[in-house]
Amino acid sequence: MAEQPPAGAWQRSVDLPSERGASRLVTDELLEQLGAHGWPPDDIFAIHLAAEEALVNAVVHGNRLDPAKRVHVECLISGQLVRLEITDEGEGFDPASVPDCTLEERLESPSGRGVMLMRSFMTRIEYNERGNSVLLEKRRGDPPAAEPPAPGQSS
Amino acid sequence: MVKLQGFRVDAPAGGSPATGDKERKAMATHQRIDVSKTGDVSVVRLLDQKILDETAIQELGAELFSLVEVDNRKAILLDFEGVEFLSSAALGKLITFDRKVKTAKGRLKMCGISPGILEVFQVTKLNKVFDIRDDLAEALAAF
Repeated sequence: MAEQPPAGAWQRSVDLPSERGASRLVTDELLEQLGAHGWPPDDIFAIHLAAEEALVNAVVHGNRLDPAKRVHVECLISGQLVRLEITDEGEGFDPASVPDCTLEERLESPSGRGVMLMRSFMTRIEYNERGNSVLLEKRRGDPPAAEPPAPGQSS
Repeated sequence: MVKLQGFRVDAPAGGSPATGDKERKAMATHQRIDVSKTGDVSVVRLLDQKILDETAIQELGAELFSLVEVDNRKAILLDFEGVEFLSSAALGKLITFDRKVKTAKGRLKMCGISPGILEVFQVTKLNKVFDIRDDLAEALAAF
């Protein structure tokens, strides 16, 4: 069941061409709206990063820069929630098949960090079954998943 | 259309546009980085606030690699002061650069990293691969 969009939320639906640099066609506006909805800089950084990674994945790995294919982006931004749904026209992939880039033997591999960054910086990330569509959510006030335990704050 | 007789746009004598381009290219300095020397250390400032555009990342990679492969620099400090954002594609270039420096038996350190980018390094455990220092002074002292 789709939730009702919160009052005052900004919504946008965009189709992007499958070319390098296309992400800016949506991220510029996204950043502006995040600021307008009072999101703090740390969260804006996280959302920007996740959006960028997801969009580049869709354009480059999903649609393989095929000019005949588009990347469909649904955005919702309110003061409490950011939801981005990014869908490409590729064959999809199994996110579980992406090797863990933090394993010792993969630490110096120059690629394969996008999905991990999205997972760490967002509250929720879900792929559809085919693996050509990703849903990213960030809820206001969530601690970043990657935050190391703060020393001396256990009591 | 009025044809002006007797007027001529001055063209460089014997010069063709192609020659001009070539000269410009040869004179071109770095676009993505600023390199200075402090003692034996090459201090490399990253000039882009946001490192995410594919072309910019390719250029950044080429300019960084040339520091090792062309200039043969052995002690390099990458100063991130002013860099607000980078994507995983840029991480790839940094990893390759780090590897090239190590292969050439050089030393690479990094400093001036914003909290957000530091978190990216921590999440991906690249903070274990890169030699990251708090600020310029500490980094320089560590060479």
